[in-house]
Amino acid sequence: MGDLLNVSSNPHIRSKVSTDKIMLCVIIALIPATVFGVINFGVYSLLVIGASIASAVLTEILCCIVMKRKISVTDLSAVVTGLLLGLNMPPAVPLYIPIMGSAFAIFVVKMLFGGLGQNFMNPALAARCFLVISFPAAMTNFACDGYSGATPLALLRAGEEVNLMNMITGRIPGTIGETSMIAILIGAVFLLLLGVIDLIVPMTYLVTFVIFIGIFGDYGFNSYYIFCHLAGGGIMLGAWFMATDYVTRPITKMGQYVYGIILGLLTGIFRIFGASVEGVSYSIIIANLLVPLIEKFTYPKPFGRGGERR
Amino acid sequence: MAKHSFRGGLHPYDGKELSKDRPIIDILPGKELVFPLSQHIGAPAVPVVKKGDKVLRGQMIADAGGFVSVPIYSTVSGSVTAIEKRRVVTGDMVESIVIANDSKYEEVKYQITKDFSKLSKEDIREKIRIAGIVGMGGAGFPTHVKLSPKEPDKIDYCIANCAECEPYLTSDYRRMIEEPQKLIDGLKIILSRAINCDMLPADAGCIVNNVDTIVAVYNAVMEGKPLMERIVTVTGDCVRKPQNYRVHIGMMYSELINEVGALRYDPVKIVSGGPMMGFGLIDTNVPTTKTASALLCMSRDEVSEVKPSACINCGMCAQVCPGRVVPKILSDMAEHGDEEGFLAKNGMECCECGCCSYICPAKRNLTQSIKSMRKTILAKRKR
Repeated sequence: MGDLLNVSSNPHIRSKVSTDKIMLCVIIALIPATVFGVINFGVYSLLVIGASIASAVLTEILCCIVMKRKISVTDLSAVVTGLLLGLNMPPAVPLYIPIMGSAFAIFVVKMLFGGLGQNFMNPALAARCFLVISFPAAMTNFACDGYSGATPLALLRAGEEVNLMNMITGRIPGTIGETSMIAILIGAVFLLLLGVIDLIVPMTYLVTFVIFIGIFGDYGFNSYYIFCHLAGGGIMLGAWFMATDYVTRPITKMGQYVYGIILGLLTGIFRIFGASVEGVSYSIIIANLLVPLIEKFTYPKPFGRGGERR
Repeated sequence: MAKHSFRGGLHPYDGKELSKDRPIIDILPGKELVFPLSQHIGAPAVPVVKKGDKVLRGQMIADAGGFVSVPIYSTVSGSVTAIEKRRVVTGDMVESIVIANDSKYEEVKYQITKDFSKLSKEDIREKIRIAGIVGMGGAGFPTHVKLSPKEPDKIDYCIANCAECEPYLTSDYRRMIEEPQKLIDGLKIILSRAINCDMLPADAGCIVNNVDTIVAVYNAVMEGKPLMERIVTVTGDCVRKPQNYRVHIGMMYSELINEVGALRYDPVKIVSGGPMMGFGLIDTNVPTTKTASALLCMSRDEVSEVKPSACINCGMCAQVCPGRVVPKILSDMAEHGDEEGFLAKNGMECCECGCCSYICPAKRNLTQSIKSMRKTILAKRKR
């Protein structure tokens, strides 16, 4: 028998779940949306996604070297950020834009605040908002490969007819990864089945949103209109892949319900009353900012409290 | 997940098949036995023997040091060779009585009870107290205190905890298969007579006792025997023939390892108790105590194989927490030394079960940091 024994505090066993495996699951779950986007918008969009991922990974490596930290890209979270930002790019965007965006996401939003787990808003969405403000024309030009520029949501607001079937399959203009409801849902189901995400945030978000546009939209609870809103814009990608981001959603169950409701309300307000027809990105980063407050008021009751004392 | 169940908790590999079909076998201790004076919650026991004294098996060697305290008995006959600090499972040095075993096992005479229904409530409780019985599931809370109520009529239930929730352990399981009558009679004794307390679960009108504890109550009341033995599972992937032993308390762990035979691999980690809440041993030359439920020899140390990394706020720790606190938030506070925040976020509700550290994908040592904060706060309260 060896003389030296390992000693540690309990527990002495560990599960097989790990951060990089979770990130890998998210990447796999995004593959259907990515593949569909590339088929739909052409090979150039693959370049956009590639540039975005490469920039995210390189920025993180550089940051780690400069900050003298252990190089952390093996946890794959930078790949997820890059991929999500790439999927949020218009298909014909000049390559320097996703490259700048990813660098901003990783350097400013993530690393300056302390790296993985410390960012207070979703890096990919913060970067998207930064890009929309900085390059409004390039970021809202969705004309590409036979698609005219106007997105279905813009047409809908202008009172024109849109083809719902095309919206659900994704054969519509939009950002690379957001257009196909089906591709996104395939990925979402994969994550749900693996238990990486649960239904709380996406469902409260979507249900609140549907109720909101049912009440405040111009068509009431018209299923065609509501489905157009669900299938159009970034709400599917946002609800299943961005709002569920662990770091920037509340950790408490109760808080997650509150967070989902806030998201639904904000997206509804932006889409119905806002200047732009879109609003998912802003809704999510605003709700991200409210998370510390939400967590403060939704801390769970410990087991056994609340009952009558005999 | 649609099954009706309790919230929280998890199901790691339970390793019970290794030893669950191994009948309990008796094992005799070696030359030297060590009895730490503090093997229960509460005040340490006070020695009533001195160096050089001859003792018999079943003779009291240390008496209770207060109400929340219990006596300790010699489990062999022999002589007291020292009263000194010895290393125990937690790694601490604890004042202990050391007895040289003369291997004759001469016993004191026990006072047998034929019919417990003739005993008064106080008699039974006194028998339990004097027998030195503590919660044998691991906590070591004196049983007579648990059974001493402020308002005797409010306990409706006594729950025998037969779940044996720690992976690998099968000592309670074997006890239930081999000595079910003692368990049932022990429960009857507690139910019909002793009951009631104002301690923790008592607010809900019930008392929860471990299987081995209840059997100890039976032995104390019916056979007049103090707590001298317990069942210890010796298992783990290093052990070729996992086994359940009836161990004389005070016997060394190293003797148990020798007894179980050649090991399959060199153990990298040896744990006293289960893998979730047990203690990693520095040294196997430490004594078994009233709360020693298992000896686990593992060829791998999963803890040192992984490195803690940044928390990604996934919330799995909160999901598995049976105490319904948020371990992530508590451990952050513990690491920053924020005692007030820790208390405000119900840090003292943590039962140190280890589920959060087990599940954490970032491999953070949540239980460890929360545990040390709890220790700090409890130590301050005592002062």
